[in-house]
Amino acid sequence: MLYREAGDFKTTYREDNQTFPIKFDRYRYYAVLAVAFLLIPFLINDYWVNAIFLPFLIYSIAAIGLNILVGYCGQVSLGSGGFMAVGAYAVYKLMTAFPDVSIMIHVFLAGAITAGVGVLFGLPSLRIKGFYLAVATLAAQFFLVWIFNRVPWFYNYSASGQINAPEREFFGVAVTGANADSWATYVFCLIILTFCGIVARNLTRGAMGRKWMAIRDMDIAAEIIGVNPLNAKLSAFAISSFFIGISGALFFSVYLGAVEVGEAFGINKSFLILFMIIIGGLGSIFGSFAGAAFLVLLPVLLKNLFVAGLGWQPDLATHLEFMIVGGLIILFLVVEPHGIAQIWRLAKEKLRLWPFPH
Amino acid sequence: MKFKLLAAAVSSIALASPVFADLVLPWMSYRTGPYAVAGIPLADGYADYLTMLNERDGGIGGVPVRLLECETGYNTEKGVECYESTKAEGSLVYHPLSTGITYQLIPKVTADGIALHSMGYGRTSAANGKIFSNIFNYPANYWTAASAGVNYLLNENSGSLEGKHIALLYHNSAYGKEPIRTLEGLSEKHGFELTLIPVDHPGQEQKSQWLQIRRERPDYVIMWGFGVMNQVAIQEAANIRFPMENFIGNWWAGAEHDVIPAGDVANGYKSLVMNDTGSEFSIYDDIQKYVVASGKAAGAGDNLGTVMYNRSLYMAFLTHMAILKAQELAGTSDISQAEMIKGMEALEITDAMMAEYGLANIGPAFSVSCENHGGPGLGAVSQWDASAGKWNLVSDYLVADMDLINPLIQADSLAFAQENNITERCN
Repeated sequence: MLYREAGDFKTTYREDNQTFPIKFDRYRYYAVLAVAFLLIPFLINDYWVNAIFLPFLIYSIAAIGLNILVGYCGQVSLGSGGFMAVGAYAVYKLMTAFPDVSIMIHVFLAGAITAGVGVLFGLPSLRIKGFYLAVATLAAQFFLVWIFNRVPWFYNYSASGQINAPEREFFGVAVTGANADSWATYVFCLIILTFCGIVARNLTRGAMGRKWMAIRDMDIAAEIIGVNPLNAKLSAFAISSFFIGISGALFFSVYLGAVEVGEAFGINKSFLILFMIIIGGLGSIFGSFAGAAFLVLLPVLLKNLFVAGLGWQPDLATHLEFMIVGGLIILFLVVEPHGIAQIWRLAKEKLRLWPFPH
Repeated sequence: MKFKLLAAAVSSIALASPVFADLVLPWMSYRTGPYAVAGIPLADGYADYLTMLNERDGGIGGVPVRLLECETGYNTEKGVECYESTKAEGSLVYHPLSTGITYQLIPKVTADGIALHSMGYGRTSAANGKIFSNIFNYPANYWTAASAGVNYLLNENSGSLEGKHIALLYHNSAYGKEPIRTLEGLSEKHGFELTLIPVDHPGQEQKSQWLQIRRERPDYVIMWGFGVMNQVAIQEAANIRFPMENFIGNWWAGAEHDVIPAGDVANGYKSLVMNDTGSEFSIYDDIQKYVVASGKAAGAGDNLGTVMYNRSLYMAFLTHMAILKAQELAGTSDISQAEMIKGMEALEITDAMMAEYGLANIGPAFSVSCENHGGPGLGAVSQWDASAGKWNLVSDYLVADMDLINPLIQADSLAFAQENNITERCN
C-alpha cells in the first residue's frame, strides 16, 4: 500500500531519473543514512565497530569497486587483493612521508595511485577477454604482493616487513592508530563509503556507465555504435581500482593498523571480494553492500551463536561455519543466480503490486 | 505489565551472570587452517594446565581461572575480532600465537592497558621494556634464537665459521623475516656467507627453493618455518640427500609433527629449543590425575608430552607464576589488568619454582625487569632420534651474542617509539 508509484507525480526529467523514484524508497534511504550517521555512532562500542561495522564498510567499498569492473564493464579481475595492497602501501608511504597532511587526503591519493596501477594492469584487457583476462589480472595479484614483500622501500626498511599505521587525525580527531575512538573510525569510513556509493551509482547510470554496459554486453556492437573500447575499459579499470585502493588504504590504516602483505592481501582476498559481488549481484550497487554484509557478517554471527550462545568448542564452530557459509553460497546461487540484489528487486516488484497482484 | 515482566527478565539475567571473581585468560587458538598442526597441541596444553589449576588448587590464589578460547585460524582479521570480543571480559594477558597478530595487537593492548606475552615470537624489539610497556617476550626471542643457532655452529666448527656458507630458509612473512637482520650482522662478524631463501605461505611448494640449495650446496641450512612448511622442507631435504645434522630449524620448526611424516630419513634433524621436551616432568602425574582421568582434557587429549604441548605448558606456567607475583604485589587475589603487568614485570623464575610446580629444568632460570622484557635469551639445540621417536638435547643452553643484538633491539624499538611518539620509561 505504501510502496507504489501511483499518485507520485513527476513533473521534471530530474525527478523522473532520480535514484529512488518511489517516495517510500527515498525516505527509507534517508532514514538509513540518518540512522547510520546520527544514531549508530552514539550506540556502538569497540567490538561492534572493529568486528562488524569496519569490515562491512570497507569491504563494501572494495565490492563497489570490483562491481564496476566485473559487473558493469564485464572485465573479470582476480587482482583485487593486489590492488588493495597498492592502496595500503600507498597510504602508508604517504602517512609516514607527510605526517601533517590530513589522512582523508592521503586515503584519496592512495586511491588515485591505485587507479594508475590499475590502468597499467588493465592494458591487456584491450587484447584479451574472459578467462584469459582473469589470468592476466591474477598476474597482477602475485606480482604486486611479491614486490611489496621484496622491495624494502615500501615498508620503510622495517625489520619484519610489516607496516604499522601511526596515529593520524581528521579535523583534530584521531582516526588511525590504537588511540582512535571507535566512533571516529566508524564515521570516517562511513563518510568515505557514502561518497563512494553516491559516485559509483551516478557514474554507472550516466554516459560512462552505459558505455561500460555496452562493452560488457557485446563489445563489437558497442564499438560499431561508437563506444571507444580503450576509453571504456581503461576508465573502468581506473575507477574500479580507485575504489579498491581506497578500501585497501582504510583496511590497513583504520581497521587493522598493521599489515603483512602476503597474509592480508593474498589471493584469498581477491576471491573473497569476487564472491561478494557474485553473491550480492553483479552490476548492482546494492548488491555490493548485500554481498559484503553476507560474507562479513554471517561468519561473525555464526561464531557468536555457536560459541557464545550455545557454548560449543571454537574449532567445531569454525568448521561448521565453513560448511554453513559454503552451503548457503551454493543454495543462493542455485535459487537465485543473479544474487541477493535480484531477490531484492523481485521483492520490490511484488510489493508494488501488493495487495492486488495480476 | 509487559514492561515490568521485561524489566524483571533483564534484571534476573543481570543477576544470574556471576559477579564472583575469576581470572580471565584468553587464548587465541588455531585449531583450523594450515598451522593447525601446531595450533592444536598449543591450545590443548594451555587449556589442560588451567583445568588442572582449577581442579587441583581451585584456581590461582583461590580465584578460579577462566579460559576464553577464540579461534583465529592464524588470520589477522579474526584475531581482531577475538581481541575485541574478549578484552571487555577483563582479560589479563594475551598470547596471540602469531607474529602477524602480535604486531597488530601491540598498539591496541598498549592503548587498552592489557599485557601481551609473545613467548619466543612476535616483535623482537619488544624486549626493550623502556619503549614497550605492555609487551613481554621472555624468555627468548627470534634474534637470540638466530644467535644461539650460530653459536652452536661456532662450537661445532671449533670457533670459526670463516668461509662457511649458511642458507636461511624462511617463511616469507613478518615471522620468517625477523631473524634476517641478526643473521646479517652475524655473517659480517663471523665471516660466513648468508643466502636468504624465502618460501611463500603456506609453504607446500618448495621444489625451487631446494633446487637452489642443491645447486649452491650451503654447509648449513637454518629454517624459520611453521606449520605445513616444516614437513615439506624436511621431506625435500631428504629428497636431495641434504645431511640432516646440518639442517637446523628454529623452535617453531621442531616438533614431532614436523619430522614424523618424513619417517626415518628425518633422523638427525636439529631444532632450537627454549624449553626442554619430553613427558618426564612430574606435572604430567597431576595432569593425568586431575584432567585426563576425569575426561576434562582439551581437544582429543592425544598431544600430551609433545614439543608444542610442553611449550604451551611452559607458557601457562610462566603466566601462572606472573599471576602469583601480581597477587603478591597487589595484596589481593582478584588482580586487575594493570596489576598483571606489574606482576609480569617483577617476574622471577628460579630452579626451585620450576621444581615445585612439577616442571624441573624445563627452561632456564631468569628474571624480568622494567627495562628488560625479553629475559636472558637462551636457546639450546635438540636433535630428532627417529628410531626412538624423541627429541634429545644435544647442547647446553647457549648464550646469545647480546653485544650484537642489543644495539639492534635498541634501534628497532627507537624507530617504533619515534613513529608513535613514545617516551622512554623506567628512568
